[in-house]
Amino acid sequence: MPRPTTETLTGAQIVVRLLERQGVRTLSGIPGGAILPIYDALSQSSLIHHVLARHEQGAGFIAQGMARASGEVAVCMASSGPGATNLLTAIADAKLDSIPMLAITGQVPTPMIGTDAFQEVDTYGLSIPITKHNFLVGSAQELLDIIPRAFRLAASGRPGPVLVDIPKDVQNQAVEISEWPAPGVADPVLAAPAELIEHAAAMINAAARPILYLGGGVVHSGASELAVALAEKASLPTVMTLMALGAMPVDHSLSLGMLGMHGARCTNFALDECDLLIALGARFDDRATGKVAAFCPQAKIIHIDIDCSELDKIKTAHVGICGDVAAVLRQLAPQVGAQLRAPWLSRVAVLKAEHPLRLPGVDDARTPYGLIRAVADGLDEFGDQAIVATDVGQHQMWVAQAYPLRRPRQWLTSGGLGTMGFGLPAAIGASLAQPERTVVCFSGDGSILMNVQEFATAAEEDVNVKVVLMNNASLGLVFQQQTMFYGERIFASKFKGVPDFVKVAEGFGWRTLDLDLTDDPRAALRRALALRGPMLIHASIDMREQVLPMVAPGASNKDMIGG
Amino acid sequence: MNAINKPEKQALARTVLELDVNNHAGVMSHVVGLFSRRAYNVEGILCMPVGDGVSSRIWLMVGEDIRLDQMVKQVEKLEDVLAVRRHGAEHQVFERLEEFFR
Repeated sequence: MPRPTTETLTGAQIVVRLLERQGVRTLSGIPGGAILPIYDALSQSSLIHHVLARHEQGAGFIAQGMARASGEVAVCMASSGPGATNLLTAIADAKLDSIPMLAITGQVPTPMIGTDAFQEVDTYGLSIPITKHNFLVGSAQELLDIIPRAFRLAASGRPGPVLVDIPKDVQNQAVEISEWPAPGVADPVLAAPAELIEHAAAMINAAARPILYLGGGVVHSGASELAVALAEKASLPTVMTLMALGAMPVDHSLSLGMLGMHGARCTNFALDECDLLIALGARFDDRATGKVAAFCPQAKIIHIDIDCSELDKIKTAHVGICGDVAAVLRQLAPQVGAQLRAPWLSRVAVLKAEHPLRLPGVDDARTPYGLIRAVADGLDEFGDQAIVATDVGQHQMWVAQAYPLRRPRQWLTSGGLGTMGFGLPAAIGASLAQPERTVVCFSGDGSILMNVQEFATAAEEDVNVKVVLMNNASLGLVFQQQTMFYGERIFASKFKGVPDFVKVAEGFGWRTLDLDLTDDPRAALRRALALRGPMLIHASIDMREQVLPMVAPGASNKDMIGG
Repeated sequence: MNAINKPEKQALARTVLELDVNNHAGVMSHVVGLFSRRAYNVEGILCMPVGDGVSSRIWLMVGEDIRLDQMVKQVEKLEDVLAVRRHGAEHQVFERLEEFFR
């Protein structure tokens, strides 16, 4: 056997080599003093393409976009101090939506830690509550253990963000390397106890009015097909959380679409009547359940989640199974009997007919719903090849209600944290991960300004991102809540100064289309969407348009307003 | 808790948690952060290295609370926590320390 060759490398070079060995080919970040050794090493990598964001939060969301579209751990980088604090929102967002991400931050040299050195901040302390795990690296040697571990942790079980804070002296420290660790991969999933599976199957077989409730965990575990197959076999009407949209095609006969605050009336009414709720990778978020005591009041609950701490957290499960959704479904499906469940399905059909999701104006491309459908129609025959990203607000809910989402990982949205500014950088990341797809980012005039600087990154990378900007010159969801719940006292939600977004985008080197100025918006959209490269599509929306139906925060889901 | 007087406070049921953890800077912060961010008071804390010092043991005295089961699950999820054991308030670890707090 040949003796292993020994190399002398710096901590920075080790980081870059370990990233290469993990298969990282694109990462995003912004350099700064305390991370310059890593950037110097990165400049010598022929494998890794560095995407220079224009704000660290943008870099964080670009990584999220890559991770959400691909399911793989994505990497972002920032320097110490403000670089690290700017990343925090994107990290917190990844934590709440269980997105596998590795954030690498530079830190002041070890001897200066704790001295209030220039651009020093306690990145480790700040990131504890918003990461799955975090590290402050003590030596270059430790990197050989920490970097693969960070990838393993980010990808294992319930995915999430991991932060590695590396002092500058550690980046510069040279060590001899004779052997490289294996890349970090997700831990294997364990089989669930057979008696729990049997119990769950018996409950499904005995239920008269069951509903399948899909959460983001179904997408993360790659269990969409298995979940749809179970629904079809056992005739289970199926609801999805915001995070699960696309797991079951929205036009599937068993789909009841999104549940909760902005779900259709029929969806929330069906949940109110069900006698068994089968929750897969869902965490009973308050936007989904409404007032918890009134959520599925007649139902027994089967809860399957890979994070054991989610079981019994909000609702006590009659059967709680801690396990990977895909693995559990493989065990469960053979024991679930095929059923037609005609009475329940016909009851659901009646609810759908009497209380459908109403999409007023859907045939008029100058209304919110009509614009969304026109974009979907203009993309491809079924509108499901494209990736759809959103920012946060009214436009996000309109798209969640009206876009024909049909495949997992088609839909990228900030669900848990609800971060305005998510959309544009996440769309850039998705396009970098899957350049063959068109990425559409629906945004609003409030959200787009929160990471508007990433227009520059998109132009530089020439990504195929189309931003559909629904401009109502207001913070629409705030305006709506003030109208509905605060006696129409509209305050701080109407913009007096609205930028000329078309000029702004042109200034960044984007092509633009102003739908307000076109006679045939559908034809103009089709032409614009077919062009490769970044494109802003601007459309004015009436400020008084509302997202309906709506459940007031804290109210029961069956007490919906409007729609 | 301010509305409760001292004797009443002591009458509240207590639980003692015993945690085996990796011994490095920051582990304590991970553990107590889980409690503080839920406004869940930790009444007593003890921590010492065990054996060769690679791991430590943390003893926590906390109030019995409906959130305790969830807290234990959250603590178990921490990467640096190796094991969690629950004891009743009768456990001697804090009792025997009381002479240092008179």
